[in-house]
Amino acid sequence: MMLEANALGCVRGDRRLFSQVSFQLGAGSLLQVQGPNGSGKTSLLRMICGLLQPAEGEIRWQGKTIQSIGEDYFADLAYVGHRNGLKEELSSMENLSISSGLAGFAAGREECATILQSMGLAGREHLPARLLSEGQRRRSSLARLLVTRKPLWLLDEVFTSLDSAAVGMLKKLIGDHLSGGGIAVVATHQELDIRAGSFQRLELAS
Amino acid sequence: MFSWIVWRDLKLAWRRRADVLATLFFFVIVVSLFPLGIGPETQLLRKIAPGVVWVAALLASMLSLGRLFANDYDDGTLEQILLTPQPLYLAVLGKVLALWIVSGLPLALISPVLGVQFGLPRNALLVLLASLLLGTPVLALIGSIGASLTLGLRSSGVMISLLVLPLYIPVLIFGAGAVDASISGVGVQASLSLLGALLAVSLVFSPWATAAALRISLE
Repeated sequence: MMLEANALGCVRGDRRLFSQVSFQLGAGSLLQVQGPNGSGKTSLLRMICGLLQPAEGEIRWQGKTIQSIGEDYFADLAYVGHRNGLKEELSSMENLSISSGLAGFAAGREECATILQSMGLAGREHLPARLLSEGQRRRSSLARLLVTRKPLWLLDEVFTSLDSAAVGMLKKLIGDHLSGGGIAVVATHQELDIRAGSFQRLELAS
Repeated sequence: MFSWIVWRDLKLAWRRRADVLATLFFFVIVVSLFPLGIGPETQLLRKIAPGVVWVAALLASMLSLGRLFANDYDDGTLEQILLTPQPLYLAVLGKVLALWIVSGLPLALISPVLGVQFGLPRNALLVLLASLLLGTPVLALIGSIGASLTLGLRSSGVMISLLVLPLYIPVLIFGAGAVDASISGVGVQASLSLLGALLAVSLVFSPWATAAALRISLE
């Protein structure tokens, strides 16, 4: 398993955010992306997702450029961004089962319930997402990572609005994911005290 | 994937059924205003009925277009749909199908009842129903292109109308033309066949264009 970025450059409007960003991540690697606000952390993550075309450079997954693999690349990645990706009208349970169905896993009710319980949402599985607090919504959206079991996790500022217990739990989840041979790219200012096969830090300058 | 999208959007529409009913009521009221405003002149009403019903259907279908992608865009679920391991084409097709089931199909089904207000003969009522059944999916398909192009713009509602209404003109001409032909006793097959052709062409090309526009809107 290998994610490579070669000399990535990002231009938004007429502003250059970063250039010559390169890294290589093998199984069990963790990349922490840091930098001041507006330095292009989110743009970099969206680029790795394939949502944003790099202005220069290329991204390779398993040795092939992500443009050439197309949808098959999405089968391997899970992205949690600023926006939670939850439908307000649907409950956590329904949101989770729909996400898993769309990802091609179609998890059963019991599996979804167990995962939501482990995310600390026991007893609130059937509340519409709009009635949940911001932190609970974030937990519900992170449950997607567990149900789809993708090897590549891209997490953008996921620690915001989580309480300290949830932050600890998420770090443990990322640790378990890495020790299972996964790869994680995390954009955050938090100290990531996670045991990883290899730990890299990328500092984007403004 | 396709069925998950359809099921999801139908479920969401059910949770927000006021929006769905608003579109239907808009259609019913706009169409019913004409007989009330013009008065009981059967000849005149019968003459304008096809155009009035079809224009009202066009306007009503504009109402629901704004919601097609905007809600999903705002809460981030559209990103997640783009990142699913299936072609985006299918997802778009699923969303358009769900939109048609909740906004186009009810309009078509209620149209014969509204046609009675205009004194349309029985045959013309059936042709009206058939033309709307063939035409409203085209409206949803073409409209989805406009909805995806205007995603994230501030005055997207007005922009969608400006973009999409001119593209609706062929559907309007052949749809209203079919009903007109039936009233005056000419064969309706030509117009209905052309509507069917429009449906086939838009079914193939518009999800593809919409998918491309969505990718650009989300960059």
